[in-house]
Amino acid sequence: MDDFLIRAGLAGLVVAAISGPLGAFVVWRRMAYFGATLSHSALLGIALGLLLGISPMIGVAGVGIVVALVLSAGSGGDGAAHLSEDTLLGILAHGALALGLVLIAFADNARFDLMGYLFGDILAVGMTDLYWLFGVGTLIGGVLLWIWRPLLTMTVHAELAQVEGIDVARVRLVFMLILAALVALAMKIVGVLLVTSLLIIPAATARPLSRTPEQMAALAAICGGLSVLGGLSGSYVFDTPSGPSIVVASMVLFVLSRPVAALSIRR
Amino acid sequence: MPERDDGGNILIEASGIDVSFSGRPILKNAEASVRSGEIMTLIGPNGAGKTTMIKVMLGLIPPHGGTVRRRPGLRIGYMPQRLTIDPSLPLTVNGFLALGLDRAQAKMGRRRHVLSEVGASQVADSAIQNISGGELQRVLLARALLRDPDLLVLDEPVQGVDVWGQTELYALIRRLRDERGCGVLMVSHDLHVVMAATDQVVCLNHHVCCAGHPEMVSRHPEFVSLFGTEIAGELAVYHHQHDHDHDVHGNVVPHGDHEGHVHG
Repeated sequence: MDDFLIRAGLAGLVVAAISGPLGAFVVWRRMAYFGATLSHSALLGIALGLLLGISPMIGVAGVGIVVALVLSAGSGGDGAAHLSEDTLLGILAHGALALGLVLIAFADNARFDLMGYLFGDILAVGMTDLYWLFGVGTLIGGVLLWIWRPLLTMTVHAELAQVEGIDVARVRLVFMLILAALVALAMKIVGVLLVTSLLIIPAATARPLSRTPEQMAALAAICGGLSVLGGLSGSYVFDTPSGPSIVVASMVLFVLSRPVAALSIRR
Repeated sequence: MPERDDGGNILIEASGIDVSFSGRPILKNAEASVRSGEIMTLIGPNGAGKTTMIKVMLGLIPPHGGTVRRRPGLRIGYMPQRLTIDPSLPLTVNGFLALGLDRAQAKMGRRRHVLSEVGASQVADSAIQNISGGELQRVLLARALLRDPDLLVLDEPVQGVDVWGQTELYALIRRLRDERGCGVLMVSHDLHVVMAATDQVVCLNHHVCCAGHPEMVSRHPEFVSLFGTEIAGELAVYHHQHDHDHDVHGNVVPHGDHEGHVHG
């Protein structure tokens, strides 16, 4: 097998291993739209990276952190400007995406592959990218393990968690920050427009097969890994774009899991 | 307001509490305290600030004015008003009880014991989203008890429970207090049951209308104007000897000489 395929597979598996458990929390906490906002605003980060002459990855992480801080400061306030969080997220997501696209027009477009950022470029993952993925991936995984119990407790009931001594605001901020970091990583694999799918779909697939939160997180990682491998093979055989192929593979797994869901409801 | 002697066993004490949301005052100079072994109930109409008061005492809402003093090292078991867990979270009752406890507290045998103490053993392995309202209240109570609390804080503990279950649940709370000697702070709407099952009452309507023993509170003019003479009169019945009856307005009339109803 070609080296670039092996690198692509490894990169995809690393991202799937983290996005599975993180995605489970995104699903439990109903933060799908928040994930979409983070990933759409990533394009603004790329544009800023290009304009300032720094790594797009750092631009993405920077914008993600700012978005996380803004939203974390905003939640808990009493409805700024009489708009629901849902609406604010929508404005932020599409505003940032549009601003990113506009700014990119100002940058030197000669060597810039917009499609690669929108839909991912997993086959172009190099050794340096891979080292970064492993390093940052391990860091995100470690932080998630560290906040696992408090985060799960406050997902069940935030005030109960606070009375029981958990610093709810801090844990929520840490969670948003590792989510932003994951978006920066996953962008390379499936692209800005499809990052959320790697969070949501494997977790949703794992749900009917799980009895505990830990099982669901692990199964989500496995489903994500299978999607990466399936999507890459499909992309290789049929010569289709790799990012969307991975998402299509995860959709297939999700559809296959539905009969199990129906059975577990009847039980 | 009747004074209570200040024994050294005050668990928590809030005084001069002011809270307002977007300029609208919710609590004005409100106060309440709970002593160990005592059941203290906050009553009052909807929107009177009862839940806000509880949250201030729990430290969930910082008051704009006033202080909350807790006995050092106070362990609180909190039972929130409602619990909505997304159906996507696979969590059994047992898993819910173990969450956020240290290893010694989370022992399987201990969880089983507390579940049977509140009469919810049958749902131990059910998904938390699938149990009934009454069962959920008991499970929430069990979770609070697993922390060996000095103070139980219950926000409308009988919500979503049928009338029979309500009486049973209040009896359970009283029994737990007797056995464990902990203080209980609760919010309630159900005046009838509560007045019979509580040691101290604070009647709240943004400010403290009146406070004291249920019997005194139910005869307090502010309480009567808040809840109407009918209810106030009926409630007083739980606590005083019947050397008189009440007419339909709750006014006291001599025995046998009235057009109202007879109690007891």
